[in-house]
Amino acid sequence: MRVALFLTCVNDTLFPDTGRAVVTLLNRLGVDVDFPMGQTCCGQPQYNTGYRHQAEPLARRFADVFGEYDAIVTPSGSCGSMVRELYPRMGARARAEGRGDSLARAVAPVVPKTFELTEFLVDVLGVTDVGAYYPHTVTYHPTCHGLRGLRLADRPLRLLQAVKGLELRELPGAEECCGFGGTFAVKNADVSAAMGADKVRHAVSTGAEVLCAADNSCLTHIGGTMSRLRVGMRPVHLAEILASTEAEPLPWETQPQESRS
Amino acid sequence: MSSRDLILGRVRAALTDVPADDLPYERAVQRGYRQEHGERTLADTVDLLAENLADYRAIVHRTDEAGLPELLARLLAEHGTRSVLVPRGLPPHWLAASAAEQIQDRAEDTPRELDRIASVVTGCAVAVAETGTLVLDGGPDQGRRRITLVPDHHICVVRVPEQVVSSVPQALGRIDPTRPLTWISGPSATSDIELDRVEGVHGPRRLEVILAG
Amino acid sequence: MSDEKAPPPTHADAPPPALAEAPTPAPMPGDAPAFVGMPSFPRAARDAVRDTTLRANLRHATHTIRDKRAVAVAELDDWAALREAGRQIKDHTLRHLDRYLEQLEASVTAAGGTVHWAIDAEEANRIVADLVKATGETEVVKVKSMATQEIGLNEALADEGIHAYETDLAELIVQLGKDRPSHILVPAIHRNRDEIRDIFAREMSAWGRPAPEDLTDAPAALAEAARLHLREKFLRAKVGVSGANFMVAETGTLVVLESEGNGRMCLTLPETLISVVGIEKIVPTWRDLEVFLQTLPRSSTAERMNPYTSMWTGITDEDGPRSFHLVLIDNGRTDTLADEVGRQALRCIRCSACLNICPVYERAGGHAYGSVYPGPIGAILSPQLRGTGSEIDASLPYASSLCGACYDVCPVAIDIPEVLVHLRERVVEGGPVTRGGTKTVIRPARGHAAERAAMRAARWASTHPGVLRAGQRLASRTRRLHPRTLPGPGKAWTATRDLPPMPPEPFRDWWQRTNGGKDGLR
Repeated sequence: MRVALFLTCVNDTLFPDTGRAVVTLLNRLGVDVDFPMGQTCCGQPQYNTGYRHQAEPLARRFADVFGEYDAIVTPSGSCGSMVRELYPRMGARARAEGRGDSLARAVAPVVPKTFELTEFLVDVLGVTDVGAYYPHTVTYHPTCHGLRGLRLADRPLRLLQAVKGLELRELPGAEECCGFGGTFAVKNADVSAAMGADKVRHAVSTGAEVLCAADNSCLTHIGGTMSRLRVGMRPVHLAEILASTEAEPLPWETQPQESRS
Repeated sequence: MSSRDLILGRVRAALTDVPADDLPYERAVQRGYRQEHGERTLADTVDLLAENLADYRAIVHRTDEAGLPELLARLLAEHGTRSVLVPRGLPPHWLAASAAEQIQDRAEDTPRELDRIASVVTGCAVAVAETGTLVLDGGPDQGRRRITLVPDHHICVVRVPEQVVSSVPQALGRIDPTRPLTWISGPSATSDIELDRVEGVHGPRRLEVILAG
Repeated sequence: MSDEKAPPPTHADAPPPALAEAPTPAPMPGDAPAFVGMPSFPRAARDAVRDTTLRANLRHATHTIRDKRAVAVAELDDWAALREAGRQIKDHTLRHLDRYLEQLEASVTAAGGTVHWAIDAEEANRIVADLVKATGETEVVKVKSMATQEIGLNEALADEGIHAYETDLAELIVQLGKDRPSHILVPAIHRNRDEIRDIFAREMSAWGRPAPEDLTDAPAALAEAARLHLREKFLRAKVGVSGANFMVAETGTLVVLESEGNGRMCLTLPETLISVVGIEKIVPTWRDLEVFLQTLPRSSTAERMNPYTSMWTGITDEDGPRSFHLVLIDNGRTDTLADEVGRQALRCIRCSACLNICPVYERAGGHAYGSVYPGPIGAILSPQLRGTGSEIDASLPYASSLCGACYDVCPVAIDIPEVLVHLRERVVEGGPVTRGGTKTVIRPARGHAAERAAMRAARWASTHPGVLRAGQRLASRTRRLHPRTLPGPGKAWTATRDLPPMPPEPFRDWWQRTNGGKDGLR
C-alpha cells in the first residue's frame, strides 16, 4: 500500500513537529509513508471564506499530487473534511453551473482514499493501541470538523485510552466549538475570543497538563488563548502523543520549548 | 397582474431547475419512521397514557363506567365548583351525582359569561399515549372549542381502552381534519421565562383526566 | 518579549476575566423598535459579548433547553428517519410550490375561508389593516407569529389607528419593554425573571390591568400577572391575528402549536380571524403532520408535545370565528426559492433548536443579527429574504464558525453551514441572484478587496509550490524578528491570542534534509 502524508499547509509551515510525529508513528506501525513535495493547500480557507472559484485549482492540484497513492493520511479533521465532504460538493456545483463534469471527475478518485489520522489508524490499520507512552494528564477536545464533519466519534479517545501512562480527563462542554472557525477568528474576533476563553476555562477546570486535539488550527487558537491567559496548560496534537514511546520520547518533547525573544 | 398571479409566476420562474419528471409525492417521501414506538399491550398503552399525562402535570384518575358519576361529583366538589359547563351531548348520567349547577354550552353565550363558570366536563375524540395528549374534535360530548379554554378547570373523560392510541401517526389516522381540533397535553404552560417550563397561563390551569373503562 | 500585561488566569466558574470587564448596557431600542440601520454583526456582537448580564441570561437559557432537547430527541429511536422524512416533505413541497399553493387556495376557499396574496410586507399590512377596518374594530389580539413580526404588522396597524396586543408571554414582555425580539421561540430570552418583573410592574398599567402590587420574580407569579392582564383583552376581542406553523394543501387545514392558551384564545374567541402565513409553510397532506407534530415540539421546547395545538379548516358553524382570512405572503420567499443552494432555508419550521445550540448566538445574543430571525437560521434567511445589500445582511453569513452544530440539530436537516458559505460567496464574488422576481447579476460587496487579493495570492502561491516554499523559509529565517502583536487585520488575532512560535524550518525542509526521517529525527 502506497501511503501519502497530506500534512496540510498550516502544519508544514507552523507545526513541522506534528508532521514528524505522524511519520514516526506510521513508521513504527510498519507503514512506509511518503510526503509528496508538490502538496500545498487544500483550498479550505478560500472555500469557506466564499472564494470557491479560487479553491477549485487547489482541489485539482490536490487530486494531481495525491492521485497515485492508495491512501492519503492527514493529521487534520478540518482539511480531511474539505477533501472528503467539500470536494464532491464543489464538483457538483461546477456541474450545476454548466461547467461540466471535469472537476467532479478530477477529484472523485482521491475522495474515498483520504483519511484523517485516527480513521487511518483505527479503520485501515485496525489498531487502537499504537504502543505509545505519555506520562501526563490529558484532556481531549474533539474539533468540529472531526466530530460533526468526518464523524470521528470515539476513535481519538480510544487511541488515547490505550496510551500507557496517560491519564485522560473529561473535558466539560467538549463538543462545543472553540471559536476558531478560520477567518471567523478575525472577522468576529470578539465572539471568537469569548468562545476560546470559555473553552480554555473548561480545559483548565479538568486540572490536566495538556489539552489534546487532532487539529492544529484549533490548537493555535486555543493555545494562543492559553498562552495569553497564562493558564499553565499546553496544547499538543494527538499525533505527537501517539508518536511518543517510553524508549523514544519525542525529541522536541524532552527539550524545553524555545521561547521567543 | 394580480399579486396571486405574480407570486405564482415567480414561483414557477424560480423552479426552472425542477425537471418535468421530478419524483412524485409518493416516491419523494420515504416514511422510514415508526408508526408507533415499541410494542405494548392495550393495558400497557393505557398505563403509558396515564404516566405521560401526569408527567406534564395533568391529574389522572381511573374508574369504571359505574363509578364515573361519583368521581365527577367528588372532583367538582373538591374544586369548589358551583357551576359547570356541559357540552350538549355529554351523557346525562355522568353528572347525575353532582350538586353543581349545569350550564349548557350555547352559541349565544359571550366569552365573558363563560369566564364566570369554574369548571367544564367533556369527553374527547382520541388520546395519544406516547405524548400524553387528548384530542378534542368538537363532537357532541366535547362542545365548542372555547368551553375547554375559558374555565380554569377542565375535567376530560377518556374511555379506555377504545379511545386510546399509541402514537401521533395513529391519532391522525383516527380524526377528521375538517373538524375544529384541539390537542391538549397537560395544563396551560409557558417556557418563556428563562426557557423553564411553568404551568398555568391562559388556558385551564387545572386539567384532570379520568380514564374510564 | 513585550511587557504587555497579561490578564490573570481564569477561575472555573467566573466568566473569562479578559471579557468580563467593562460591562456596557445592551443596546436599548427607542420607542420604535426597528432593525433598519443596524450595525454589522461583529460590531453589534462586541457590545453583547461585553454585557455580562445578557451573556449570563443567554447562557443559562440556551444550556437549559439544549440539554432537555437532547433528552426529548433521544426518546425516539427513529429520529433520523423522522428528520429525513421532514426534509423530503418540505423539499418536495418547495419543488412544486405553485401546485400546492393553488391546491391550498382551493381547499381553504371551499371550507369557507378567504385567501389573499401579498407580494411584500407593504401589501400584506395593507390587506390586514383593511380587513380590520372593515370590522369597525380598533384593536386586535395577536398570537405570536414570525411572519407578522417580519412584515412589521403591529407598527403598520398602529399607523392606521389600530392597536395590536401581543398575547404570548414573551412577546408581551418585548412589547411592554419597548424592546426587540431576540429569539424565534422565546423573544424575551435576553431577559431574566428579575428584569421581567420590573417591566411588568412598570409598564402594565399603561396598557390595561396593572401588575399586582406584590409581584415577585417567581415565574409562576409573572405568568399569573400576564394571565390577569390579558384576560380582559381576550374576552372583548372581536378580531384575532395569527400566523400558522403548517397549512395542509389537501384539506385546507391550518395548524398552530403553542403552550399558553393565548393562541386558542385568539383563534377561537374573536368573530374574525386573520392568519398571515409565508407561502413556504405548506405541507401536501394531512398525514405529513405526523412527522412534524413529533419533531417540532421536541426540537423547540423539548416537550413530547406542546400543551396546545389548534387545527382549523375554514370556518365551522357556531364554533369559533365567523369569518376567516388567510393572507399568503411572499416578501422575498420566491427570490430565496430561486437559489438552488439557498432554497433549503425555506424548509425551516421555526423550532429554534439551531439558536439554542449555537455558540455564537449564545454569546452575541439575538439582537446582533439585526432581524426578527436571529441565530444560524437568521444568518441564512435574512440575507436571502432581504438581499445582501445592507451592511448587516452582508455581515450575517460570516456570523458563524461553521462548527456545524446547527445542522446536526435541525429537524429538517437544513445544511446551514453550506448555505452560509454559499452566501459568503455571493457577498465576495457577487453573481447571479433573483431580486424582486427578476434575475440579475450583483457585484461583489465593497470592503473585501484586500481579502480578495490575499485569497488570490494564497491560491497563486499554493499552485506554485516554489513560491510557497520560499515564503515558508523566509518566515522561518526571520522568526526572531516576528512581532508579538500584529498590525492591521492581524491585530484582531493578537488582541486576545498569542501567536505560535515560528519553527526553525518548515516540515518539507526537514523531510528533504533527513530523507523522510530515515537519517534521524533531528
